Amino acid sequence: MTKTRTRAPSAPEATALYDIPGPVARRRHRLYGIAATVLIAALLGWIVFLLFDTDQFTAQKWTPFEYKGIQELLLRGLGNTLKAFAYAAVLSLALGAVLAVGRLSEHRVLRWLSTVLVEFFRAMPVLVMIFFIFVALKVQPLPALVAGLTLYNGSVLAEVFRTGINSVDRGQREAAYALGMRKTQVTTFVLAPQAIRAMLPTIISQLVVALKDTSLGYLITYEEFLHAGKLIASNLDYDLPFIPVVMVISPIYIGLCMLLSWFATWVAKRERRNLKTRAAGVGPAEPGTLLPGGQ
Amino acid sequence: MDVLTENFSLYGKGFLGTVQLTVYASLLALALGFLMASFRVAPVGALRVLGTVWVTVLRNTPLTLLFFAVLLGLPRFGLVLPFQVFAVIALGCYTSAFICEVLRSGINTVPTGQGEAARSLGMSFGRTLAAVVLPQAFRSVIPPVGSTLIALAKNSAIAGAFSVTELLGTYKTLNELGYSIIWSFIWIAVGYLIITLTISALFTVMEKRWGVAR
Repeated sequence: MTKTRTRAPSAPEATALYDIPGPVARRRHRLYGIAATVLIAALLGWIVFLLFDTDQFTAQKWTPFEYKGIQELLLRGLGNTLKAFAYAAVLSLALGAVLAVGRLSEHRVLRWLSTVLVEFFRAMPVLVMIFFIFVALKVQPLPALVAGLTLYNGSVLAEVFRTGINSVDRGQREAAYALGMRKTQVTTFVLAPQAIRAMLPTIISQLVVALKDTSLGYLITYEEFLHAGKLIASNLDYDLPFIPVVMVISPIYIGLCMLLSWFATWVAKRERRNLKTRAAGVGPAEPGTLLPGGQ
Repeated sequence: MDVLTENFSLYGKGFLGTVQLTVYASLLALALGFLMASFRVAPVGALRVLGTVWVTVLRNTPLTLLFFAVLLGLPRFGLVLPFQVFAVIALGCYTSAFICEVLRSGINTVPTGQGEAARSLGMSFGRTLAAVVLPQAFRSVIPPVGSTLIALAKNSAIAGAFSVTELLGTYKTLNELGYSIIWSFIWIAVGYLIITLTISALFTVMEKRWGVAR
């Protein structure tokens, strides 16, 4: 099959599943499409009806968002979330770099130690680490959250860095050694720059995980975005505006994560066109890396 | 060491809670993920849009927010279920987005020629799917599905913080009973390792038996 076959603009890439539809099939698909649209619309309508039916749009439940104090509370929460994310992102990048260097080291003890650390922290649920630091080591919420996120994401990033460096074309390394460079020079001047460029999308997707996981701070009473929402939602004066709070908070939270995800995709697309990345072929993020606790 | 032997039933209950949560949520995630993947590769535009929105939104939702919305939000609509069921719903829906993407890329690895050959032999859509496309897709998705389910098992810890009986939640009781916190956490960690290593071993066996020869 050649690429010249015509296809509806929004049709998915050719898969093994379907032939290119003819006029009859297209008519049938259109019918299915209309039926599906009606069904989805009905479902959405039912949800909206439920929202109205359970009095979620009463003025009493929405007025709190007009108060300056409440807006400030939410903004402070968002600020705290972003603060935790910033710390966790920077520290996990640093830890990832250290652990990756350890894993690539020529000293067996160092290599062994960093392997054990990476494997252990990747295998543990992040929340268990955060709780351990918070409860057993009696650390303040923010440092506990940041430390937990750093240990986990740092270990995952270490693996990303390591595979990135190892996937740079062998000739690059050999040529650098042939020029008389030392191992450190080879890594810092030749391998790392190429590897980082190729790994950037994967690194950013891992940072999305860190951003999502800052919400775990809610569980250890760190005053982040969700915590601010909870405070408003459990206020009897406003008739427990739980659903309104969720409707305000989730678009902001999800929007932030989506923005970062899109940035990763954008970088990946741009890199694919870039000649400089030809030497290193780092694949897309491994399946599951987007999950908190993903491998 | 005493912490484990003296509180074996407590740990056992928490461990079983985590296992149950993992198994039920995995089943829900696999079923929903399969449904959404079939939507995403469907020739019907509306279904494709639904699948894409489902995946994009859920992949970018913090799981804690989802738990928060499901466990504390759904009761506001008069839907009152045990917390454990809510936890399974939240975990299952969240993971289904990842399963969906894994399955979709699995289906996309099957060369177009396979389906075309099947159709030219006169196979119906159902037979093509059941005898040609899905068996090949299944082989290539075993490892990524495994790592997604391991992530699910680890994520189930969040349910414990929302007062579902679960392994991580046992630390609270032990703490009140005055046991060493460090040791109780060590045994909790061992419990999670047992679960994740079991899943990983299971999928390694499956991969050996049915996986693609590379």
